[in-house]
Amino acid sequence: MRQIAIYGKGGIGKSTVAQNLCAALALTGKKIMVVGCDPKADCTRLLLGGMAQNTILDTLRKSGEDIDLELVIKSGYSGIKCVESGGPEPCVGCAGRGIITAINLLEKRGAYTPDLNFVLYDVLGDVVCGGFAMPIREGKAKEIYIVVSGEMMALYAANNISRGVQKFASTGDVRLGGLICNSRKVDGEKNLVENFARELGTRVIHFIPRDNIVQYAEINKKTVVEYDPDSRQAGEYQALAKAIEENTSFSIPKPLEQKRLEELFMQFGLTNQTH
Amino acid sequence: MITDDNQVMREALRIDPLSTCQPLGAIYAALGVHACLSLSHGSSGCVRYQKDLIGKHLQKNIRVASSMLRETAAIFGGKDNLKTAVKNIYENYNPDIIAVHTTCLSETIGDDIQAIINEITLPKEKNIVYARTPSYGGSHITGYSNMVEAFLSQLTRPCDIKRNKAFIIPGFINPGDVKEIKRIVSLFQGEVCVFPDISDVFDVATPVKVNQYAAGGTPVREIISAAECRLVISLGRLAAQSGAEILSDKFSLPCAKLDLPIGVEATDRYIDTLNGFYCQQPPSQLVQERRHLIDLILNAEPYLYKKKAALFCDPDISLPLCEFLAGLGIDPAYVFTGSDSKDLADRLNSIFKKYGIEGLVKCNTDLFELEQHLQNSPVDLLIGDVHGKRLARRLNIPLVRLGFPVTDRFITQYLPIVGYQGSVRILEMLLDAILERYDGNSSEEELKFTL
Repeated sequence: MRQIAIYGKGGIGKSTVAQNLCAALALTGKKIMVVGCDPKADCTRLLLGGMAQNTILDTLRKSGEDIDLELVIKSGYSGIKCVESGGPEPCVGCAGRGIITAINLLEKRGAYTPDLNFVLYDVLGDVVCGGFAMPIREGKAKEIYIVVSGEMMALYAANNISRGVQKFASTGDVRLGGLICNSRKVDGEKNLVENFARELGTRVIHFIPRDNIVQYAEINKKTVVEYDPDSRQAGEYQALAKAIEENTSFSIPKPLEQKRLEELFMQFGLTNQTH
Repeated sequence: MITDDNQVMREALRIDPLSTCQPLGAIYAALGVHACLSLSHGSSGCVRYQKDLIGKHLQKNIRVASSMLRETAAIFGGKDNLKTAVKNIYENYNPDIIAVHTTCLSETIGDDIQAIINEITLPKEKNIVYARTPSYGGSHITGYSNMVEAFLSQLTRPCDIKRNKAFIIPGFINPGDVKEIKRIVSLFQGEVCVFPDISDVFDVATPVKVNQYAAGGTPVREIISAAECRLVISLGRLAAQSGAEILSDKFSLPCAKLDLPIGVEATDRYIDTLNGFYCQQPPSQLVQERRHLIDLILNAEPYLYKKKAALFCDPDISLPLCEFLAGLGIDPAYVFTGSDSKDLADRLNSIFKKYGIEGLVKCNTDLFELEQHLQNSPVDLLIGDVHGKRLARRLNIPLVRLGFPVTDRFITQYLPIVGYQGSVRILEMLLDAILERYDGNSSEEELKFTL
């Protein structure tokens, strides 16, 4: 069983990428479980066709710790198991603690069955406290992919997340598997992200071009892989799935100094482009 | 032996600490309000130790409620728990007021206590106050101060009528001390409100039913109408002063910031302030008590002169106590405290300078460090709380029990160390310890029946 965690700046398209990745992996016959680690509980919507999901924490709140897994694990597209941790309403409580509790419960109740090929954690963008590191603590997800784009703040966030990965890598076997570039059609994007990846000591595992079909699929509550399997974009997600499946290059990231990061923008980013 | 070379600097570790968590102080302050029940907003463990320790110190059962936060409350916030707890408390225990204090847990998840309280409809004539007391900051003294502030900022209302009444805020002291502070002011026969007033709460019969409360404690209406007073007096810089400042600022009241009246000079300052306020000559009773104390000091002086003492009390007690000891001829060689006090060292050093004493003042430290210093350079007396007991045994130095907590002796909590009378008692404790040691070290033939 390979456990993978997807991180990245909020709004970068993590959940869309993650669900399409799962769908593409499922097409090749893999058994997959997705664990959404976001209080908004919107990480499995496309796989479940918009079906409302009982989150682990809501169930915990209603019926106590003796949670029936069937209540919280829904079967989605192509048999993908979908779980949402859920969390408190905005501005109250402790969402980080929620993630810890949710994942502990999943472990305790035996959700990690041996038949699974992949477990994928989709973690919310702002990794603000220890709770959001739960998926990569204590030998759970050992492979991390960071979703980025050529936008400045996305790379800032990726660099920051790398700091966390570096910290956990130094005490365990958590490794960075690569960056997934979810294109925003920023000028010079590919070059910038590739250079950033190189400096970070990793690589861009796949460059996903921007395509409006993603929006159409989302409106229809489907992944692109399901909505139009023969489309070019579905092919891109399949290529990503293949790259991750065959990935053997894992590294401990070397986060960039702030200054170096800004130099990189100057050298390869928008500022070096002609309008 | 401790030297500059082998002394280990510790930032993250305290061994036998000299302070405890904020909630303890908050509970202690709330015990001084009549028919008040403390409510700890945290997990059950957050309150267990505090409750036990105060109970053991006072040799009584004390009651503290808990909102019992568990896993789901930690995640989703403790609002429901707090609201339910308040409802249950009023239904079952019928206090006049609930004093909520927060804990590390509720502060970390960030519960907005004010907002939650705003949603609660209280029964008629009932009140609620809250103080924020996370244990990762400050000490029990901070917690006490925070709860005093909470009462004074949240309950008090403007008053049209002014009375010739003093509002006295004592620091973290024993029921016996509050009683003595009240007795002294009562000799002036003027109006007064003492808050918090933990006297007559535990030194009386324990109420039989769960919804009954002891006669003592400051009545809530007296706190609400604090603005009718013409003077605020704080006794203790760390525990009481910020509360006095709040009252003083809120209602433009004059404020006398005093130390706890321990020893001759600090008691003089307390009584002078009362003299000035009530426009009286000192009551003859107090004049006599003072004369008696001075008399006793003169007699005792030969036994105390140049004796060295190590103190480990809260800063508010340490300061006037050192002043008293220095006046008795005792050198307070070490003054250690667990709380952080910005000006303790400065003020103590000026006392030391006056008497030509070399003393080491350390805040935010522990008994482990004190012990190392004492091994280098021992003293004749240890003065502090019960936690010095083992230290006293190891170093073979007599321990005079003062401050909080004293959990291994009876009655001491109900007898004062403040005022002239309390100072007589301190004197007796010091002399007993020294003479007991002297007798213990004498051979049978040397034993004398006279001084």
